[in-house]
Amino acid sequence: MAETAHTTAEVQHGGGHSGVFPPFDSTTFASQILWLAITFGLFYVLMAKVVLPRIGGILEVRHDRIAGDLEEANRLKAESEAAGAAYEKALAEARRNAQGIAAETRAKLAAEVDAKRHAAEAGLSGKITEAEARIAEIKTKALGEVDGIAVDTTEALIAALIGEQVGRDDAVAAVAAVTGK
Amino acid sequence: MAADKVDPIHQFQITKLVPIHVGHVDLSFTNSSLFMAATVIVATLFLVFASSGRSLVPGRWQLVAEMSYSFVANTLRDAAGKAGMQFFPMVFSLFMFVLVANLLGMIPYFFTITSHIIVTFCLAMLVIGTVVVFGIWKHGFHFFGLFVPQGVPMALVPLVTMIEVISFLSRPISLSVRLFANMLAGHITLKVFAGFVVTLSAAGAVGVAGSILPLAMAVALTALEFLVAFLQAYVFTVLTCMYLNDAIHPGH
Repeated sequence: MAETAHTTAEVQHGGGHSGVFPPFDSTTFASQILWLAITFGLFYVLMAKVVLPRIGGILEVRHDRIAGDLEEANRLKAESEAAGAAYEKALAEARRNAQGIAAETRAKLAAEVDAKRHAAEAGLSGKITEAEARIAEIKTKALGEVDGIAVDTTEALIAALIGEQVGRDDAVAAVAAVTGK
Repeated sequence: MAADKVDPIHQFQITKLVPIHVGHVDLSFTNSSLFMAATVIVATLFLVFASSGRSLVPGRWQLVAEMSYSFVANTLRDAAGKAGMQFFPMVFSLFMFVLVANLLGMIPYFFTITSHIIVTFCLAMLVIGTVVVFGIWKHGFHFFGLFVPQGVPMALVPLVTMIEVISFLSRPISLSVRLFANMLAGHITLKVFAGFVVTLSAAGAVGVAGSILPLAMAVALTALEFLVAFLQAYVFTVLTCMYLNDAIHPGH
């Protein structure tokens, strides 16, 4: 049968049963439909029950894993940002504290220095007034002694000039007259 | 038998491997049945072994399996929405079956099951049958609203409805003939050009020189046929998704 089919096909395709264009040969349809139903049906079951759940599962696991990882990354990022903010806050606070301490120390030191200076100035001006008082005292004392010296000098001058002793009272009067007292 | 080498139709011949007769009906296990089984085995084994690692970071085989999964899933979801995903196993099976059958057919001496109209017609009827059965079961009489587009003037409704009915009825034919004709024509062209090479080179030195052109054509056509093998599987899948969308959302 196959031999005759080939030999006739070699001559021409149009005539006879063996020359029927194979895809349009209806005698093969029943067998093809049956075997297609069997094989495709089996294929469908294999796909639906084994392969697709498997690949779908792989994709789902990966999807979940990536989503989970992204979430974890976001959480960690938020955490690190919070830590950064806390650090910044602590730093600012420390800076503020340090400035406060520095200002306080400066004020304390300034006050101390001022107080010491005031004390020193007060001591010095006390000494100055004391010294001035002593100077004035010495001056008045000296000025008081000047009159005596003048009187003595007058007595001595007169005695040397005219060779006679003038009375003490006259000398005092004369000195007073000269100095305008 | 030498003539078989240049007979472009011979490759579509169905030969009985295990004759089975039930009454007067011939249900023999043929070379077509063998390659249907081969398609199922190759596709299943590939997908099972490719996904057996279940690794978080896929290897290249697993990636191919995952890509075909996401590819069909995205095509279906884009065309028919989330409700269309209930048909995902069917659409994926159709895509993989047609694709693997087309690609197996590209191997020399292998039989191309999708080059037989009855096979592609059965697959197309599976799609249209699913659309009709699911559409009526889900929407009842409202499913036939598919044939009456909204916003059409009353006078035109009978005409438009007739056109819609004809368009709907021609779907299984266009769906099956497109795949069948592409595979058939591609394989015939390939065989014809390859046959030229054989006959020409038998004609001496001049013939050998002259056979360079058909050889180049045969090489180029082989590349084209691989593209067509994938493209037709894709087109079949996309149209399936669009028809299923009509069953899920019959209102235009």
